Amino acid sequence: MIFLARRIGFYLVTAWAAVTLNFFIPRMMPGNPVDALINRYQGQMSSDAIASLNVLFGMDDKTSTFQQYLHYWSLLFHGDLGLSFAFFPTPVAAIITQSLPWTIGLVGLSTVLSFIIGTLIGTAIGWRRGTWADSILPITTFFSAVPYFWLGLLAIMLFGVVWQVLPASGGYDGGLVPTFSGEFIGSVLQHGLLPAATIVISSVAGWILGMRNMMVTVSSEDYVTVAQAKGLSERRVMFGYAARNAILPQVSGFALSLGFIVSGTLVMEMVFSYPGVGYVLYQAVTAKDYPLMQGVFLIITLSVLVANMLADLIYALLDPRTRQEG
Amino acid sequence: MAVNAATLDPTVIDPAAVPAAATRHHLVFLRNTKAMTGLVLLAVFTVLAVIGSWISPYDPSALSAATMSPPSAQHWLGTTNLGQDILSQILVGTRGVMIVGLAAGIIATALAVIIGVTAGFIGGVGDELLSALSNIFLVIPALPLIIIIAGQLPSSGELTVAFVISITGWAWGSRILRAQTLSLRRRDFVEAARANGESLWRIVIFEILPNLTAIIASSFVGTVTFAILSEITLAFIGVTSISNWNWGTILFWAQSNQALARGAWWWFVPAGMCIALLGMALSLINFGIDEFVNPRLRNTGQNARTMRRRGIRARIGFTPVARSAQPADPAQPAGRGRKDEA
Repeated sequence: MIFLARRIGFYLVTAWAAVTLNFFIPRMMPGNPVDALINRYQGQMSSDAIASLNVLFGMDDKTSTFQQYLHYWSLLFHGDLGLSFAFFPTPVAAIITQSLPWTIGLVGLSTVLSFIIGTLIGTAIGWRRGTWADSILPITTFFSAVPYFWLGLLAIMLFGVVWQVLPASGGYDGGLVPTFSGEFIGSVLQHGLLPAATIVISSVAGWILGMRNMMVTVSSEDYVTVAQAKGLSERRVMFGYAARNAILPQVSGFALSLGFIVSGTLVMEMVFSYPGVGYVLYQAVTAKDYPLMQGVFLIITLSVLVANMLADLIYALLDPRTRQEG
Repeated sequence: MAVNAATLDPTVIDPAAVPAAATRHHLVFLRNTKAMTGLVLLAVFTVLAVIGSWISPYDPSALSAATMSPPSAQHWLGTTNLGQDILSQILVGTRGVMIVGLAAGIIATALAVIIGVTAGFIGGVGDELLSALSNIFLVIPALPLIIIIAGQLPSSGELTVAFVISITGWAWGSRILRAQTLSLRRRDFVEAARANGESLWRIVIFEILPNLTAIIASSFVGTVTFAILSEITLAFIGVTSISNWNWGTILFWAQSNQALARGAWWWFVPAGMCIALLGMALSLINFGIDEFVNPRLRNTGQNARTMRRRGIRARIGFTPVARSAQPADPAQPAGRGRKDEA
């Protein structure tokens, strides 16, 4: 349990660091982005909104930085992330609550799927190393080298424009009202298929390679040779002895590279105009909507932290050594 | 994608490698086809980065009457909706990509070495703090962080972008370097240097760092890949200045001018292929380094063909040994022999 307590402590510190970064970044920037934006919306902004923005961006000269910092935390605990400029006067928190489920559905599902598929393929290739299976590796190298979004562009071009078999943008059919009807869910699945498949294809390569290399390393261990010598079935040795141990670095690697993957998939949402957080971030960037950008960064970071915590829990379940320490 | 920590097995770097063996090892690295292919590709792109703007047939921003024309003899890679020559844009854009990649790689690797080696060497509370710091940067998603920093900067030139990318990209290398330093710092040769009264700096620079060369190199290559992909993504989203040509800018204009819907594949396919080739070159070099460092991987890579030729099927993990009168395959003297001794 000491392992878990340490990890949770670490995530709390990381969350604090992310919030603090979010607080200080606009303050360290030269110039005053807020004034320019307030001028743009002259007269349309309530004084409350301006006050809250001033706190968020540190333009409030009357109070000390430390007081601003405390005030910032209290605003966060009330779920107040300021008002969006691009979707004025919608609060940032409302926009994010609306888009977050889409991202968790698309990015979460396809990341987990890609991890599982990649690990299985990697197990097989690592087990049969030195055969034709090794020729899959150069292909995976290619896919891990291209940016996710470019594969997305290709997919849109081929499936959306040339063959016109799948819808290439949006999260559901524009004519439908979001309800739990079969028609709507079908439309969501249809729209999610192309982005999800692209995310899986572009992120699976890393898992294949990592698992393959770990399999190669682990299968030289004595216990694998012994298991083989005992006459256990090849399948049992492969999954029960080799893969079982080779998967541990994969799981801790999953936690560590989640940040990279989420970054890539956010761009995928931008390409597919998928109504998730990534697309919101894109709109915020295009409109120079600073409160929205910062809110999105905070939410993405916190979600990644939660996902990391889950991966650590799974790791603790898989590796008995982490449980013995306590 | 950064290097896989798991493949860098710390035990396989032999600290006592004699100089003669070291030279042979460098030859092994160069004999590795993966690494050679990667190095050649990288060299081509480096040359293009230098001479790109001289050999480009047109001014990349110059408009012409030939709008949206597919590849032809005049415009090898076609033109944009404004009649700009795409080949010229790619050639001129190579420089920006390479400069940012290289600069960010150097800054981030320097940070990684300083923080990682310090953490691993000093141990104790300092180590805890420094590794917590690098873990924090590792867990926070880099791209959104880069976006909020770069998006709020008034000017985002190439070096600024490189700097912002390296602030977020050093953590992975630092983590691996720390682990390796930890395993080195209690080895006999370090203890001997300490007993001889060598200064701390001398021990770190002359005893520790040379043994980290392979890992530093691979973390540098990994960071350059990360930096290039981030930079191109930033340009594609439109966060950084769209007046500097790089491959991401080309994709930005292609996307914002509906190149997809108009079926103008020549507008975005070549830039993507260049990114893929460059990224592949860097990963190949990294595989080469991985196999150089980890003899198990090296053996499987080099032996695959030989083993098939001799009819040996690699099943379980033992290192296959061919007991025959055939002379040892000259292609792999160092790797095999050394592995068996260890």
